[in-house]
Formats: sequence, structure tokens, C-alpha cells
Amino acid sequence: MAEERKPKVNQGPGPRGMRGSRPKIENPGRLLKRMLGYTFKDYAIQWVVVVICIFTTVLCTLQGTLFIGTLIDDYIVPMLGNQNPDFSPLAWAIARVACFYGLGVAASFTQSRLMIVIAQGTMKHLRDDLFEKMETLPIKYFDTHAHGDIMSLYTNDIDTMRQMISQSIPQFLNSGITVVSTLVSMIVLDIPLTVITLLMVAVMILAAKKIGSQSSRFFLAQQKDLGKLNGCIEETMTGQKVVKVFCHEEESLAQFNELNDQLCDSAYRANKFANIMGPVNAQLGNLSYVICAVSGGILAITGVSGLTLGNLASFLTLNKSFSMPINQISMQFNSIIMALAGADRIFKLMDETPEVDDGYVELVNAVRNDRGKLEESTERTGLWAWKHYHKADDTTTYQELRGDVVFDHVDFGYTDEKMILHDIVLYAKPGQKIAFVGATGAGKTTITNLINRFYDIQDGKIRYDGINVNKIKKNDLRRSLGIVLQDTHLFTGTVMENIRYGKLDATNEEVVRAAMLANADGFIRRLPDGYNTMLRGDGANLSQGQRQLLAIARAAIADPPVLILDEATSSIDTRTEKLVQRGMDALMKGRTNFVIAHRLSTVKNSDCIIVLEQGRIIERGTHDQLIEQKGKYYQLYTGNAMAQ
Amino acid sequence: MLKTLGAQIKEFKAASAVTPVFMIAEVVMEMIIPLLMASIIDDGVNKGDMKHIYLVGALMILAAILSLSFGIGGGVFGAKASTGFARNLRKSMYENIQTFSFANIDKFSTSGLVTRLTTDVTNMQNAYQMILRMAMRAPFSLIIAMCMSFYISPRLASIYLIAVVILACILGVIVTNATKHFTQAFPKYDDLNESVQENVSAIRVVKAYVREDHENKKFKRASENLYKIFCKAEGIVAWNAPVMNFTVYTCIILISWIGAHLVVQNELTTGQLMSLLTYCMNILMNLMMLSMIFVMITMSSASAKRICEVLTEKPDLADPADPVHEVRDGSIRFENVSFSYKKGAGDPVLKNIDLDIRSGETIGIIGGTGSAKSSLVNLVSRLYDVTEGRLLVGGVDVRDYDMEALRNQVAVVLQNNVLFSGTILENLRWGDKEATEEACRHACELACADEFIQRMPEGYNTFIEQGGTNVSGGQKQRLCIARALLKKPRILILDDSTSAVDTATDAKIRKAFAEEIPGTTKLIIAQRVSSVEHADRIIVMNEGQVDGFGTHEELLANNEIYRDVYESQTSGSGDFDE
Repeated sequence: MAEERKPKVNQGPGPRGMRGSRPKIENPGRLLKRMLGYTFKDYAIQWVVVVICIFTTVLCTLQGTLFIGTLIDDYIVPMLGNQNPDFSPLAWAIARVACFYGLGVAASFTQSRLMIVIAQGTMKHLRDDLFEKMETLPIKYFDTHAHGDIMSLYTNDIDTMRQMISQSIPQFLNSGITVVSTLVSMIVLDIPLTVITLLMVAVMILAAKKIGSQSSRFFLAQQKDLGKLNGCIEETMTGQKVVKVFCHEEESLAQFNELNDQLCDSAYRANKFANIMGPVNAQLGNLSYVICAVSGGILAITGVSGLTLGNLASFLTLNKSFSMPINQISMQFNSIIMALAGADRIFKLMDETPEVDDGYVELVNAVRNDRGKLEESTERTGLWAWKHYHKADDTTTYQELRGDVVFDHVDFGYTDEKMILHDIVLYAKPGQKIAFVGATGAGKTTITNLINRFYDIQDGKIRYDGINVNKIKKNDLRRSLGIVLQDTHLFTGTVMENIRYGKLDATNEEVVRAAMLANADGFIRRLPDGYNTMLRGDGANLSQGQRQLLAIARAAIADPPVLILDEATSSIDTRTEKLVQRGMDALMKGRTNFVIAHRLSTVKNSDCIIVLEQGRIIERGTHDQLIEQKGKYYQLYTGNAMAQ
Repeated sequence: MLKTLGAQIKEFKAASAVTPVFMIAEVVMEMIIPLLMASIIDDGVNKGDMKHIYLVGALMILAAILSLSFGIGGGVFGAKASTGFARNLRKSMYENIQTFSFANIDKFSTSGLVTRLTTDVTNMQNAYQMILRMAMRAPFSLIIAMCMSFYISPRLASIYLIAVVILACILGVIVTNATKHFTQAFPKYDDLNESVQENVSAIRVVKAYVREDHENKKFKRASENLYKIFCKAEGIVAWNAPVMNFTVYTCIILISWIGAHLVVQNELTTGQLMSLLTYCMNILMNLMMLSMIFVMITMSSASAKRICEVLTEKPDLADPADPVHEVRDGSIRFENVSFSYKKGAGDPVLKNIDLDIRSGETIGIIGGTGSAKSSLVNLVSRLYDVTEGRLLVGGVDVRDYDMEALRNQVAVVLQNNVLFSGTILENLRWGDKEATEEACRHACELACADEFIQRMPEGYNTFIEQGGTNVSGGQKQRLCIARALLKKPRILILDDSTSAVDTATDAKIRKAFAEEIPGTTKLIIAQRVSSVEHADRIIVMNEGQVDGFGTHEELLANNEIYRDVYESQTSGSGDFDE
């Protein structure tokens, strides 16, 4: 499996806000609580202030509306016809409302400033926590989750959550307060009319739901078509050169056109329903107004429920200001549900079990004392030792780090059902070079992934300097191993920084020395800015061979006692490889060296060549011994000889 | 830029034109309805006139129905126009990309093209829909409300005019400032996401070097920076609402105070005063809306620019006026050919190449990484044009051929092999649409692919996943060779196409070539000496120049590089992978 690891196609973050579907969410209440808890934890005071601000804003707006409502009747009409009108009551009223307005402006300013800090801050914390958590996850997690999906947590999901925190929640509070206060006033004014209004609200909600479900059905279809089209685009753009070489332009255009038209169709439907929602709700609100006016008029004129005309007028104003926030709330629901779906995915990652590490044996700097015994040192001595604490007799022993690796009847499978490696036994002494050969999928890479505990074995034991690797702290274990992986990965940064990744405190001279060792110095110097050339997009501006040379330099600078090279020179031409090999051999003198390669010239001088087939060791020995044996190795080797 | 994009509206011009009309009609209704509402209260309820309530109520329902139909019309046509526009954009870009030469493709990069066709188009679709539905509606509504105010009382309305001018200035300052910060912030945001992406795909490297803490620190730093930039940018936008509120409130207070005086002096009726107050909100809200639209448009302009780049890109290779359609034979002649990827920039990749290859010859090409082996063969099927000198295929300059005719006769198996999702047969038929299953099988036998295809559960109908993930590297290469063979080309180019195939199979393929297609000229690029040593002649490339050209024995005798490579691989360069 590991050897067949293919770069997962990154579908890229989906277009924002296009996920109109309403995915099923289990236990939305708990999710909401957890999500809110996240922002309340750090911003409790700010939230309290925000809520106060929202109250203040609603109150001030209400005062403003009241003032306008009474402006004419209470202030202007009494002055009419008056020879010497007294403007002072109006002046006072205006002064009063001006204060409220001022307060309102201040409140809305405070609220929007605070919301930015809260929303951006929460997002930052969430992002940081998510990243930190992600770094602790075992390799298995990354094997089983598409990289595009993980990426979309950081882009889409966090963004919808931010929108919910910064827009939906304040809007919800605002509308909620307005709805409740209006509802109370309506009930006080007249109950039958309130019932009518509520009935209309029910119709509005129903309509919203109906259109919403239609819309989400088409949004789903749109997502599907978009996915299909994106897949097609991704595929043909990757293979565009092949399309050219085979003059296949017309066929590929025909296929694209079909998918493009499909998407256009479903996108049209989805957008249509989303666009219709607003007008329908607004007009239902108007309808509600007319019905209330007519039935209220009848009630008032017949005098059945004691409704006065003045009350009806006020009621109608309330009816008007009732449907708007209801509309807003129903709009917010959709985005809240989308945010919850995102939160669900984010918290799923947060709840993943991190890599377990029960190890207690540590790697420490050591120094030899007068009696030749190892002692722990606080300085970097260049001599390393395993600090092994024995619980039984409460003693601590130190053991020199040498790089002796033993596989003792190891079985391994990525799942318990299917074993990939069977009964692997091998000994690697310091100074030895051990090579693994075999067909794709034979389990070569898997073996090396067990030494550094990317995966844990099912049965048997792996010992490092005689210590069971399970007892060694993972970080210390990995620090003592240098690995050049099959897929070369470089980071955004300068060439210098990329090599220094192997040893963060390396001086510039050390970096250059490592690059020379890996035979990378030559091409690095020819790059536009030499060692300071910026690499972007996984070193996209370098050839595969150059990237491999950098990866080797990165491992060389770490100067580990055990080095694992997994197809590390596969893209380097044979002449350069010979030079690299010479450098590596010098570096690895006295150290343990594991090599996986399919080029014979790379493995020929190994102390032990291990031939793997379907997860089992079928042959082992030096090159000469294996040729003598006339087994699988001989076959592979002479297959070549036959061709000559 | 606008012209290029505008040309893509095509058949959706009508829908695009109708949408703003509907939106304006809806605005008119939106202005009438409050008047009707007020009339119900003032003339109906307050006077106890049921008849008036019925009448105006009916009118209002009518207005509501009209408004609803306009709203729906605007929504439907807006959706139609914007999704159609997006479709046309994608289609035109895709069509143009099909005409791109290799040099054009190199310029954009695969991921660049994918983003343009997907995310950027979606951005444009949303922006276009908003422009159609809002960009006309908001100013229209604003102008109407303004006119109405002036009609009622020019003196009071001038307060609005002053307010609008002041507000427009302030909003303008806010928006330009904010966009400046946002345009800085978005690339930072992309960088952060890129670093996440890097960590996800390189998690093994991070863990192998125990660099989790290092990465965390790096990420936190970037994240903190982003937080600060966004807080700053949004902090500027946060002024919008208070400034807006302040202006509205000031207007209300001024209108109330001055209006009251005017009413008392009998220069204004109370009803007119109320209407003025209603329009106040309307005018300033629309101004706000305009500023938002402006922000959106500036933000999507980056996408628009990127799309236009693809739409206006001209393919740098063109068919000649009077093209040759027949490739006479498989001979190839390089006459003093020099080539560089970017014209006039830096050292040429190929320098003064003179080669004469006879039809039917098998030519091996060998050389170190970066010695321009691939560049050399890419010129033969005119994937790039030579910078100097000329290249003849079948005795005719490649630039005089019809490109499709040339490429059908020169089959290339590229270094980056790509199979497409579909069955094996479908993939093979890329070489020849009409090929029978028989012919496909024969090609696969030559390429030594038949044996593993037969072992597959569904044989030739086995489905290949996107990117060919369900076949191994060696199998993929053999399928690609078979696909090229089906073209029955006069020249066959293999660019390191058997690197993942084991040596024995490699030898078998070469033997089949020699026996079955002796008339075809074969150019074989390889890393392994064993792959080329039996060729009729071998080209040794070094730093863009031909270092040696001759038979294996000749080169061994007098070419240092060749001898060096040979010695480093002698006594076998066996491959243990399949």
C-alpha cells in the first residue's frame, strides 16, 4: 500500500458558498454548544459587550422610530395655526433622540470592531489548534483521508464558521430581540390579529422551507456536476500535452461541452430557486399586512374585540416590522446549518486520536567520564546515548547510540485483516549497507516505515541498539534516523532553508558542505539566486533529479547514525548518481545504511541484499552469494544479461 | 478586459438585458407599496373607511403580485444569464486552450489553468449575477428617491444631496483603503493555505525529521500575521455602518427640525414631511449597497484578469498558409538547429545541431539530466518551433506541414505519461479511433502489454482510473507505447518511456520494434545503455550539444561520456522493479 501511494489529486477548495445542501448533522445542539464554547472561552467579555451593544442598537432604533411616529401628531400639529409657535418641546425631543442616536452609533461601532476581533481571533485560534492537532496525527490518518478534504477544513469550513460568528449570530440576536419585543407589543395590542400575523409567518416559513428544499436539491445536483466537470478539467489539463500529441482536441472538447452544459443547467436551477426566495418572502409579508388591515378594519368597525382604529394603525406598523426580521432569521438558518456541518468536520479532526507514544527511553547528549562510562551532558557533544530508566530497580543506564537494527519475526499489516509483511527477520550492524530489492508492492518501503514507527507492527519485535523501538520516545527515535523518502517533498522557502530542515541550527558552511556531499552544490550555484533561491510549490521550478539531490543533502546534514534511502536516486542520471554514491559512502562509514533501489548499480556493493516477494524475504546475501544461488535475484540479474 | 469578457455573454444577451429591467420594475413596486401601506393607515384605518381599505388592499395585493413576478423574473433571468455566462467563459477558455502549443501550456502551468477554469469562473458568475441584479437597481432606486425628494421640497432635499456627497466621499475613502488592505491580505491567506497543503502532503518528511514544533511555530507566525492584516482591513470596513448610521440620523434630525419649521410656516404638509423621512433611509441604504458592489467588483477583478489572460492568449504555433498533408518518409534532418524556450533569453537549450537520420533507422539518445534530450525530440513533431536553423521531416520543413498531419505521422510517447479515465480499449483508441480490437491487441503484443492486460479481470475492458492510478508505472508506460503504435506512424519517439519497465521486457519490446515495424524511424531516449546499445546509431547529448553520434562500438572507442556511462552500468544495470 505504502509503495503504491499515489499523489492524491487535490480537488482544490470548492467554490465558496456553493455548498447549498443541508447535510445531516448528528446532535446539532452539542455541536453548536462546542462551537460557541470555542469563541466564548477566549472572548467572554467581548461577547457580553457585543450583546449589550446589540440591545442598545435595537433600543435606539426603536426610540428613533417612536420619535418619527410621534413627530407630527405630538410636536408639529400642536404648533399649527399658532402665531408664536413654541419650538422648545420639539427641540427637547430632538435633543433626546439625538442622544439615543449618538448612543446607537457608538454601540454599532463598538459592536462591529469587537466582532472583527472575535471572529478573526476565533478563526486564528481554531486554525492554530487544528494545525497543531493535525501535526500530531499518525501517518495512517493522512493515508485514509484525501488531502483535498483536509485542505477544505482550513479554507471552506473555517470560513463558513467565521461567517456564522461574525454575521449570523449578531444578526440572529438582533432579529431575535426585535421579533420578541414586537411580538409582545402585538399581543398587548390585539390577540386575534396577532394570531393572523403568526399564521402568515407560518406560511412564510413553510414557503421558505419548500423553496429551500427545492433549492438545496438543485444545489446538490450542481455540486455533483461541478465535481464532475472539475474532475474532467483536472484530468485533461494534466494530460493536455498528450491531447496535443494525439490531435485529440475535438473529442476532449466534446466531452467537456457535455459536462459544461450539464453544470450550466443545474447551476441555473439552483440559483433560480435561491433568487426567488427573497421576493416570495417579501411579498408574503405584504400579503400579511393587507390581510391584517382588512380583518383589523372589520374588527375595529364592528367593534367586536374592542380594537380601536388607533391601535390598528400601530398594529399594522408592528406587522411591517415583524416580517422583516423573520425573513432574516430564516435566511440565517441556512448558513448556520452550513457552519455546523463545517464545525462537525473540523471537530472530527480535532477528536482524532493522536499518534500514541508510550516510549520513555530518551536520546541524550553524552560524555565519557574518566572511568570510560557514559554520562549525560547538557552540551552538544556529538556523542549520543539512550537514557534508559529501569523501573524495577529504579536505576538509569546509558547506552551509546550506534545504529544497530534488528527485526525479530515481524508481521505487519495496515489493517489487522490483511498482513503485508510476514515473519521478517533481519540484522543490520553499524557500518553495514543493507539493500532491499523486489517488485512493486513487495513491501520494501513498508519495512523502512516500521523502523521509524510511522506504523506499528502487529507481531514480533524491532530492536534499535538492543532496545525495543516501542520503548523509545518516538521523536528521539526519529531524530536518530535519516530518511530520504520515495516522494521528494520540499517546502516553500530558500534552498538554504530547505537543506537546513535536517538540522535547524546548521551554519551556512555546514549547509554548503552537505550540498557538496550530495553533489547538489553545482546546480544550486547556477540557480538565479544560488542558495537563496526561493522554492515554491514543492520545488516546482526544479527537475525531479535536482529535488532528489536536495532531499539527500537535507538528510546528510542531519548526520544520523542510521540512514534510509528509499529510491532516493531514481531520477538522477547514472553518472551523477555515482558521484552522489561516493559522497554518501564516505558519510555513512561506520553507520547503518538501508537502501531501496531498482537500479542494480545502486545496490550491488551492499553487505547484504534482501530480496522481497509479496511481503516475505525469499533470498538474502551478498551480490556474489545471490548470483551463486541462482534464485530470483539471479533471474532478475540475468534477465538483463540476456538482453545484452 | 471588459470587451473580452463582454464578448462571452453571447446568447445570454437578452437575459442579461431583461434582468436589470425586472429589477428596476421591482424597485418601482417597492416604492409604491409603502405609499399604499401609508394610505391604508391614513385614509382607511384612521378615518374608519372600510371601502378604502378594501380598495387599497386590493391594489396592494396586485402590487405585491406584480412585485413578486418582477422579483421572480429578475431572479430567473439573472440566474440564467450568470450561469450561461459562466458556461460560455469556461467553454471559450477550454476551446482556446485546445489550440495552445506546448509553449503556451508551459506558460500557464496545469494548476493555473485548472484554477482559472474552476474557481475564477465561479467568482465571475457570482459577480456577474450581482452586477445584473444589484448594480442597476441600487443607483436607480437612489435616483428615483432623490427626484421624489426634490419634487416635494428642493430645500430639504438638498440636505440629502449634501449628505450623499459627503457619505460617498467617506465610503470611497473607506473602500479604496479597505481594498488596498484586502488585496494585500488575500495572497497572505493563499500562502497560509499553501503551507497547510505542504504540510499535509509532506507529513512524512515533517515526522521523519521531528519538525512538528518547528512547523507549528512557523504556522502560528503566519497565522498571527494574517490575523493582524485581516483585523486591520476589516477594521476599516467596520467604519461603514457607524458612518452610515451617523449620516442617516443627522439627516433625520435636520429634516425633522427644519421640516417642522416649514410645516408651521405652511410651506410643507405633514404627509410630505413623512415621505421625505422615508426616502432618507432609501437613499442612503442604496448608497451603501453601491459601495458594497464596488468592493465585490474590485475583489473579483483579479479573477477576471486571470480569465482574460487565457482568453486572449494566442497560440504561438500556426499552420502555414498552404500546408503539406503528406509525410513522405521517416527521414529527419536537423540543419544547424538552435532552440531556446524563451526567445532571446539566456543560453539556448540546443546549440547548432546538425543531424541526418535515415528513414527506418533506430536511433538511441543518451545523456545526463538536463542535457536537452527531450527538447531535441520535441522539435521533430513541432511541439516547439526551432529558434534558428531548420528541421526537415521527410524532406520538408516541419513548419510547412499541416500540424495534425505531421503529428499523426510522428508519434511521441512523452516522458510524463498520462492515461485517461476510461477502459483500456478507449485509451488505446486515442491512437486510432477506428482501430479494431484485433489491431489494439496486436499493438499491445508489440508493446508487451497484452500479457498483463489478459491477466486483468476484465481484460481490455478494464477501467483505468483518473491519472491511471490502478496500473503500475511500468504497465502505464507499455500502454502508452501501444497507444502510440496504433497510429502506425512513420516516426516513433520514445522519451524515456521504458524506465519503469524491467530490462528483459524492455529488450523484448525493442526486438518487436525491429521485426514488426522496420520501416518506422525510431528515436529512443533512455537512461540505460542497454536500451540503446543495439540501436543503429546513438546520439550522445551533452549540455545542449551533440557530443557524439555513431554506433555503440564507435562511441565506445572514441566518446568519453559514452564510455563513462557504459562503464558505470556495465555488468548489468538490472531493474528489480517490474
